[in-house]
Amino acid sequence: MGLTMVEKILAGHAGLDRVEPGQIVEAGVDVVMLHDVGTPGIQRPFKELGAERIADNIDCVIIPDHFVPAPTVQAAENLKITREFAERMGVKHYYELGRGGICHQVMVEQGHVLPGQIIVAPDSHATTYGACGALGTGLGVTDAAIALAAGKLWFRVPETVKIVLNGKLGRFVSAKDVALFLLKEFGESRLIYKAVEMTGPVIDGMSLESRECMADMALEMGVKACLFAPDAQTMSFLRQRAAQVPEPVLADPDAAYEEVLTFDLSDLSPVVAAPHSPSNGKPVGEVAGIRIQQAFLGSCTNGRLEDLRLAAEMLQGRTVHDGVRLIVTPASQAIYRQAIAEGLIQVFLSAGAFVTNPTCGACVGGHLGLIASGEVCISSSNRNFQGRMGSRDGQIYLASPAVVVASAMAGEIADPRTFDGGEPK
Amino acid sequence: MISGKVWKYGQNVNTDAIYPAKYLVHFEPEEVVRHVMEGLDPEFIAKAKPGDIIVAGDNFGCGSAREQAAMAIKLAQIGAVVADSFNRTFYRNAINNALPVIALKGISKEIAEGDEIEIDMETGKIIDHTIGKQWSAVPTPGFILDILNMGGAIAYYRGKIGH
Repeated sequence: MGLTMVEKILAGHAGLDRVEPGQIVEAGVDVVMLHDVGTPGIQRPFKELGAERIADNIDCVIIPDHFVPAPTVQAAENLKITREFAERMGVKHYYELGRGGICHQVMVEQGHVLPGQIIVAPDSHATTYGACGALGTGLGVTDAAIALAAGKLWFRVPETVKIVLNGKLGRFVSAKDVALFLLKEFGESRLIYKAVEMTGPVIDGMSLESRECMADMALEMGVKACLFAPDAQTMSFLRQRAAQVPEPVLADPDAAYEEVLTFDLSDLSPVVAAPHSPSNGKPVGEVAGIRIQQAFLGSCTNGRLEDLRLAAEMLQGRTVHDGVRLIVTPASQAIYRQAIAEGLIQVFLSAGAFVTNPTCGACVGGHLGLIASGEVCISSSNRNFQGRMGSRDGQIYLASPAVVVASAMAGEIADPRTFDGGEPK
Repeated sequence: MISGKVWKYGQNVNTDAIYPAKYLVHFEPEEVVRHVMEGLDPEFIAKAKPGDIIVAGDNFGCGSAREQAAMAIKLAQIGAVVADSFNRTFYRNAINNALPVIALKGISKEIAEGDEIEIDMETGKIIDHTIGKQWSAVPTPGFILDILNMGGAIAYYRGKIGH
């Protein structure tokens, strides 16, 4: 039998011809990504390991993004620890505040993610790197410190599940809706420990940004990694950003999948995940009409250029509802600059939206957009756990950028397919 | 053998429940332990005793990769976590912090809060002395037992790092 993408990547990095699901292997790591929570977090384990420097085979990329610019003194201290660690270790790719943005977006847009690599980070949404055909996976600060110091880490070879998405997505139905639909189908636990390969006509028709959204959101299904075979679009994107782009590692035609799951998405409606689980998805019609106080467009899931372009198209010449605050957080400085150049930010400001600097702020309930008790937020982010964005007595509904913007204008959860007088289907 | 009294929780106990994101800036042990389970059960730190065991449903520790979730439980001196299944990152973090974790489908339906239970990580045996029943989970792989027995991944890898 042949190997799946993840099996091939792990075998290659472990110096083995082949690996089997369930096997524990020690594999070399290519890239370790750290942010302003992870870098302070690795200090103790890095020191306790007796490590003095980063292993030669590791490309370390440090991107402060959670609490930037510092909202508290404690956050400022953590940013200082982060900057000093980068200096002390001679880290070449350190993104000072104002130069980077949300880590996972910066990783991809700056060419730090290449096909076939193993990339680890003390941040769960490192699965995003699967959009470029890399094995990206999140782990804790101890593992990150070991990877940095030893250049390798132990991995259990996961079973691979192939998900085939057929059909064509309708108007205002996006990658986020597909991700929320899959979460609703599988729940938060059916795919834990698994690697997922996403394929099919729906994926073929998606931009790289949309695949990043899906790979990011797939983490909420509990997967170890979510990979997309790099296509011509991905390879061309990467060649513009990296000096040398390796050939993609692709699954063998006779690869052994634990399951192959096929869906037809032609009739998919926009999906909204109701409190307090990302897997609590419902067709938007079932929750339409719920009053909201906050709408959030941003995060590593949905703060990309295509999201902002769509939002601006919808908001052009319109305004945010009187009782709602719409918070827009571009995912990176590069996206922010491009959004200004294209006039998107002007549209948001004219519509009465609030635009923040790139940060994880509102999504992690850290700063720049927390919610009060009794408030309802419709959010393009990835988690609606109780208390995630502020008060434990607040309610978070997860949705696509189109649903967030339609709702911000309506003052209540709304179907984007009708915001301009269109029909639901 | 690990033995202790059970605190029960449900399905999908996420890392914001175990250790809310607003405390992510903290890594000091005395501060981290104060917030253990705070998002789900703010009384937990006051009522849990060293050696007590947490029993929960599927996907314990889902959500973020924050290691403070496993650290906080370990720092509260919880003896082990038994669950129907674990989120994979939480599972790694627990092992790396020498917090014994053992999964067995359906176990959360059998064991009740307050039961006295005993766990053998090596054989996978779980015994509920209160109701007089026992079950067999998958034995813990040797590699993982080694990390647990050495007190965590730092101790395991220390000395294996090249300079």
